[in-house]
Amino acid sequence: MSYFGSQLSPGVAGNQLWALIYISIIFAGVSVAVMAMNWLERKALAHFQVRLGPMRVGPHGLLQPIADALKLLLKEDIIPAEADQFVFWIAPLIGLLASFTVYTVVPFGPSQAVSDMNIGILFMLGVSSLGVLGIVMAGWASNSHYPLIGALRSSAQMVSYEVAMGLAVVSAILMTSLNESGTGTLSMIEIVRAQQQQGIWFIFKFFPLGLIAFVIFAIAMVAETNRAPFDLAEAESELTAGFHTEYSGLRWSLFMLAEYAAMIAVSSIAVTLWLGGWMRPFPNALSAPAWEFLFSLFPALTFGGLAGIGFLGAARMPSHSFFKIQRAGLAVFAALLGLLALLLLVIAIAGRNADNSIAARFREGIDYVYWFVLKVAVFMYLFIWYRATWPRYRFDQLMKIGWKVMLPISLGVLIVTAIVGVIVK
Amino acid sequence: MTPGMAPVATPFFFYLLSGLAVLGGVLVITRRNAVHSALALIVTLLAVSGLYLMLYAPFVAGVQIIVYAGGIMVLFLFVIMLVNIERTAKERQFNRIWPAGVLAAVALLGLFVSVYVKGKRLFPDSNLPLPETSNTQQIGVMLYGNYMFSFEIASLLLLVAILGAVIMAKKRI
Repeated sequence: MSYFGSQLSPGVAGNQLWALIYISIIFAGVSVAVMAMNWLERKALAHFQVRLGPMRVGPHGLLQPIADALKLLLKEDIIPAEADQFVFWIAPLIGLLASFTVYTVVPFGPSQAVSDMNIGILFMLGVSSLGVLGIVMAGWASNSHYPLIGALRSSAQMVSYEVAMGLAVVSAILMTSLNESGTGTLSMIEIVRAQQQQGIWFIFKFFPLGLIAFVIFAIAMVAETNRAPFDLAEAESELTAGFHTEYSGLRWSLFMLAEYAAMIAVSSIAVTLWLGGWMRPFPNALSAPAWEFLFSLFPALTFGGLAGIGFLGAARMPSHSFFKIQRAGLAVFAALLGLLALLLLVIAIAGRNADNSIAARFREGIDYVYWFVLKVAVFMYLFIWYRATWPRYRFDQLMKIGWKVMLPISLGVLIVTAIVGVIVK
Repeated sequence: MTPGMAPVATPFFFYLLSGLAVLGGVLVITRRNAVHSALALIVTLLAVSGLYLMLYAPFVAGVQIIVYAGGIMVLFLFVIMLVNIERTAKERQFNRIWPAGVLAAVALLGLFVSVYVKGKRLFPDSNLPLPETSNTQQIGVMLYGNYMFSFEIASLLLLVAILGAVIMAKKRI
């Protein structure tokens, strides 16, 4: 395979086969992540509220997402009689398509991306803004009051917050142009490279300018994905379930999948622009082989830790005969995680030399993807944390924050960043 | 573009995208339901953005998606959703301007045909003005360097239009 061992992403190298393989891996990975996120959200929210959460299906409810998926697949698929059939049918697909298409340019590593576009970040923002069309169409096609109001709210909200979000992104892109040639870049991979060249994550650049832009983006992305505390589009107390009130079964689950995939996508934008993408902490300062080896042990350690938690849970199960199967199941799950940790450890040790052997390349790739996914995972946990912590905003408060607070601040940060950039040069 | 890479700009993609654009355009004017028309218009806009990509203008393609498909069409739908569709579908069309429409269409067709026939003479062959890899940067340099004045004038005009719309729409500010 001529592509194997090349330093380009398959899209740039023009290799269709590997592009297809990458797409399948990313699609499967995102789907599994959505399922895991579903479980984690129910579990974490429950613990926030001093409940147990799902406990019955599998040990600690680990098989709950599978049971949920089965239930949704088997449920009756209802299309309301007065609904616009075609639009009702196509709306969830548009949302899903928009939120999965953006993964073509998400850089999991310098070559671990489907493709590298010259306009990467522009493409991501543009395609993810198409997701609102799915929501609007769903709300209108349902031909019912609650979905229509939910869709109206959602479109107004998303259009408003896109402005502040875009300006925050621009101020980060501005920072990529602070090099010798003075030209910035919109390519996701080059943005991360620019952070490596300048030796600083953009969140810390021109402190506190980068931080403010990052916070603006972090708030706007919660609003963009219609998550709490900005989930007015599906405010249960006012609108039943908002734009997807009339949806059921498989179609409804497509909306959920699209929402979670979009959450992961915007988190990866934030990670790429401000948190150094695939880079491990201190890639320049601590670049000695010993440090490299130490950091490459992290994936194995993470899975080892998860396995340890699993074994601990198995040991702490009540010693009643009812729990025999659950205990065995959890032990097997923990053992699988432990095996994975062992495999990662073997790869880390086999590929510790920075030569161009297959093991070393493999180890490098795993490191990149691990650090990227770890940073994104932090954001995913934050999404749950927000939802458990903050009450929902009122609609006028939401609009006020978007237009009167976030927009002026992001505009100000952009201007000050430009001025500081010129002075520093 | 790296040498040896298969070009994406094949005739197949051109005919696919322009076919989609034409189909969407026809649907826009034939659907009675305004929402269906708007959705067809989105298909057209996305297909046109694909055509821009084929012309090695990635920046224009991206902006086309963000501004038209993601921004303007959402506002269109926003307004159309508030209209009572059943009522508008039943309403009889009362203006009689179709002869003018036919005339305009024939004139446009004549223009297209003449460009197609005389195109070789009117527009001489030329190379790509901007290489694909630095296209976006070059556009930035052009807009903020060579054409700075006209660019700023255009943005001032847009600002005036926005302010005018707000003042006309709001009685009390």
